Amino acid sequence: MSKDKQKDITPKPQTWKTFRAFVLKESKHILRDRRTMLILFGLPVTLMLLFGFAIRTDLNDVRTIVVTSSMDETTQRVISALDASPYFSIVGTSPSGREAESVIRKQEADIAIVFSPRFADNRYRDASVQILTDASDPNMGQQYAIYAQSIIAGTIESLYNKGYPVETPSLVSTNMLFNPQMLSAYNFVPGIMGMLLILICAMMTSVSIAREKERGTMEVLLVSPVQPLVIIIAKAVPYMLLSIVILATILTMSFFVLDVPLEGSILSIVGISLIYILLALSLGLLVSNLANSQLTALLISAMIMLLPVIMLSGMIFPIESMPKILQWFTAIVPARWYISAMRKLMIMGVSFTYVLKETLILIGMTLLILTISLKKFKTRME
Amino acid sequence: MSEIVISVRNLTKRFGHFTAVNNISFDVYRGEIFGFLGANGAGKTTAMRMLCGLSYPTSGSGTVAGFDVMRKGEMIKRHIGYMSQRFSLYEDMTVAENLRLFGGIYGMSRNEIKKKTELVLNELGMEQQRDSLVKSLPLGWKQKLAFSTAIFHEPGIVFLDEPTGGVDAATRRQFWQHIYKAAERGITVFVTTHYMDEAEYCDRISIMVDGKISAIGTPDELKHKYQQSDMNGVFTLLARNSTRNE
Repeated sequence: MSKDKQKDITPKPQTWKTFRAFVLKESKHILRDRRTMLILFGLPVTLMLLFGFAIRTDLNDVRTIVVTSSMDETTQRVISALDASPYFSIVGTSPSGREAESVIRKQEADIAIVFSPRFADNRYRDASVQILTDASDPNMGQQYAIYAQSIIAGTIESLYNKGYPVETPSLVSTNMLFNPQMLSAYNFVPGIMGMLLILICAMMTSVSIAREKERGTMEVLLVSPVQPLVIIIAKAVPYMLLSIVILATILTMSFFVLDVPLEGSILSIVGISLIYILLALSLGLLVSNLANSQLTALLISAMIMLLPVIMLSGMIFPIESMPKILQWFTAIVPARWYISAMRKLMIMGVSFTYVLKETLILIGMTLLILTISLKKFKTRME
Repeated sequence: MSEIVISVRNLTKRFGHFTAVNNISFDVYRGEIFGFLGANGAGKTTAMRMLCGLSYPTSGSGTVAGFDVMRKGEMIKRHIGYMSQRFSLYEDMTVAENLRLFGGIYGMSRNEIKKKTELVLNELGMEQQRDSLVKSLPLGWKQKLAFSTAIFHEPGIVFLDEPTGGVDAATRRQFWQHIYKAAERGITVFVTTHYMDEAEYCDRISIMVDGKISAIGTPDELKHKYQQSDMNGVFTLLARNSTRNE
């Protein structure tokens, strides 16, 4: 092989062939690791079902007790209206407000509706309804009260207006735009997308690069004529494809199982998601520059990605009610912008121009992180 | 003398104030098995990294496979093979898949890879293990496989960084059979080790102490020069003067 004089022109390794060999290798790593596969496909489905069905902030059969001294027609109507609604179910009656309170304290009911004595007879004078609610969870307590109030007011109004002229047309009316049934899935689905995509792309890429460093295979690759850039891109491709599959899974599940509308154009939703996936991949690359072992990569990813995404992206806690400093801080959390864009597109069905700001911010962040991580990656290798 | 494939003059590498490799010069000839000895921290790995095109020398000059280490690192990479200290094949891939991947990395065609795979498996006596995952093989086999992978693309020079760590002397001897075969084919072998029995197997060795080469020659020449009965004695004598902490 080396008998004749060394040839001047040696075959240059074809980048495309090498690239394909690498993508194949990377796919094998993913497909052969049962734990990875489980995380990749189990996590999205589980989270969707969990958030979609188990963790709901919308009301469902809230246990209600009624306090009334006289079962007249009006109270009867109100009670059956409450019971008929999907939100409340009457679990009993109680003679006094004080006793109702103790029932709530014993966790046997969540809300008590207290009618003033001889409610129907006094309806033009001082008839009143008091709502006692368990506000140990303030958000839920408030919701119980609002729902109950609207049902009670609606029933009484329709009852008394029958045959009578409307005396006091209500001045304030509330209209729940975009989510009239106030389903929490509408709120969670964009949040889960924001969390899962960054989790899978960033965590998986950083761990897989760290694994090569840990096992020493990275050293061998670097001594080979392959460009480091090719190694990195080849690593990203399978995860990118997987993310697209996961994105499709989430969207299909949310549409068919959780009845979340996909109002906006699918093209914009997918387009912005792709930018976000790219951003997550670059973040993963950045993390892998800092971490030399899989465990470190995992911890750093969790620290800098999972926590801010859950706490500061508006996924669970509304950004508007945070202190000003935290609100500013949320601006650097990419998931915040992604989730906001997805909410607008999926639920409100706005056109692309309304999410232009979010899109531009995401593109800017992607370019910045990608540049930093590629620069760092190169210098580290020398 | 036959053709020179590695030639180094006054090669130096500094990290801040620390001089890891201090002004080393040597030549290695085609088909030679060149042992590169030194205690931990003597600068072996740093020197080897410069020769492999992984890091730039601070000063000095050198050529590997006819290419300048300062400017042609990328060209060097195409003409060498490398086996790292840590066993470094992909454990979750089969024997054949590992060979195919590294063949692909070095730009070999599918046909070449196929032919060469048969050859290598036959030589290693591992036809039965073709489709076994690498993690199921014993360490000695893995090391032989890693060596075959490093020379799969028939490089001019192969660099072995402590290739036989963690196996017994009998397994090391088997491993060296493969090194001899490669050298007979004209592949120059540059090997670092701290097993002195391995040092005896080399054609020529150099001993590094504190970043400098303090002795170079055939094992017999060195034993004669330092009046020692084996390489262990030579090494201990030279390393005693080390001021660096191990």
